[in-house]
Amino acid sequence: MLSVDAVVKTFGRRRAVDRVSFDLATGEVLGFLGPNGAGKTTVMRMIAGRLEPDAGRVRVGEFDMLTQRRNGQRLIGYLPEGAPAYRTMTPREFVSFCLQARGWSGSKLRKARELALERARLGDAGNQQIGTLSKGYKRRAALAAAIAHDPPLLVLDEPTDGLDPNQKHEVRALIREMAADKAIIVSTHILEEVPAVCSRVIVIAKGEILVDEDPDEFSSHARTGRLDDAFRMLTRPQAEEAVS
Amino acid sequence: MSVGAPGFMAVYRREMRAWFTTPLAYIFVAAFAFAAPAFAFNIGRFFDTNRADLAPLFAYLPWLLMILMPALAMRAWAEERDRGTLEVLLSLPVSLSSVALAKFAAAWTVAGGALIATFPMWVAVNFLGQPDNLAIAIAYFGAFLLAGSYLAVGQALSAASGSQVTAFVLSALAALLLTMAGLPLVTDTLSGSAPAFLVEAIAYASALERFSAFERGVVGLPDVVYFLSVIALGVSAGGLLIGTSREAGR
Repeated sequence: MLSVDAVVKTFGRRRAVDRVSFDLATGEVLGFLGPNGAGKTTVMRMIAGRLEPDAGRVRVGEFDMLTQRRNGQRLIGYLPEGAPAYRTMTPREFVSFCLQARGWSGSKLRKARELALERARLGDAGNQQIGTLSKGYKRRAALAAAIAHDPPLLVLDEPTDGLDPNQKHEVRALIREMAADKAIIVSTHILEEVPAVCSRVIVIAKGEILVDEDPDEFSSHARTGRLDDAFRMLTRPQAEEAVS
Repeated sequence: MSVGAPGFMAVYRREMRAWFTTPLAYIFVAAFAFAAPAFAFNIGRFFDTNRADLAPLFAYLPWLLMILMPALAMRAWAEERDRGTLEVLLSLPVSLSSVALAKFAAAWTVAGGALIATFPMWVAVNFLGQPDNLAIAIAYFGAFLLAGSYLAVGQALSAASGSQVTAFVLSALAALLLTMAGLPLVTDTLSGSAPAFLVEAIAYASALERFSAFERGVVGLPDVVYFLSVIALGVSAGGLLIGTSREAGR
């Protein structure tokens, strides 16, 4: 479904992403982990067609994201970092807008919109202006817009950031529910999410992939078998190097 | 870049909703409806001219548009950047040219509404005498094109700048340059130091000079082409500038 091949992105003098490569198949849920500034968001923006790599290629389905970007974007549902959405719109209007821009209309649009609002559990908040909603509901509104067109590839940048434990549980349940017929990438700082939803883990630091393996293998990096210990063990040398 | 109809319509509707679900458009139209006649009555001496026409209104309209159009244009792209919604727009399968065109069309619609809000003056001169209504309609058409030019340039500068305030200041300056280019104040100053062809070229690019033909009730094809070219240039520049953010990441 997705092929990322040696992508490079440089901002000024800083190489944010350095020859990152991986493939993702339908049915896989990839946990994209790494410290702040590791390059996770940059990779996700390149996959979503928001950003162009300086070198390397991204393919979504059969489409090259450099030469057939719009065809590729039709297959992607993208939840950007911070879940931005238009403040003066209601979640219902925002989801409609995203669907209309994708060429949806009429009863097909209404059906897809209502299903997305229901899956993101917006409830009555669906008709309230996004600017007046809590952080959790804003994130759900953006999530509803990302899943509404039922894309085969979902790119979710920190979908549970700022949510309360109940909301986190619901979003994880939604991801599991959608996993069977989609390829999903989830970036997160919350390591407990990895065994809860992911079938595979990539840890990235300083723009490079450190590990690409299943969650059990990942936790075995620490003698304690704990995920946060494994994460620290893998990324601490990189972080210390960055500080020095 | 091709123009995609679903992308255009979706963005146009969203922009219109953004204008009218907040007091922004209403305040803008009301301010325009108040300021334009105020200029005509107080500075243009509407009643002292003793003529049943709208010349005092159109004489000051470019100066009013020069300030108010940048206010309409400044949020176009700068707000998308500020609020992070540019991420959403750029991840949708729509062409940037259709998004830029939709943003322009929406702002131009509001500008058109503001011009319509001055129609009571048109009705009034018909009560006071027998004006040349065709000439007035042509002058309104010219004002609409002039407003579009200021908007397009303003939206391009909104795409280039990081904040709405910067976008407003730059747009107002650009509109001032575009307007004043043909005034004797500028051409006389330049004629001493710049080559004649350059002075002529600058005068040729003057929006005020072009608009004055419409004010006289004359529609010249070169003038219409001029305004449409400025609009096309501004809208394309806005789309292209945002397109470069795919490479730069801003």
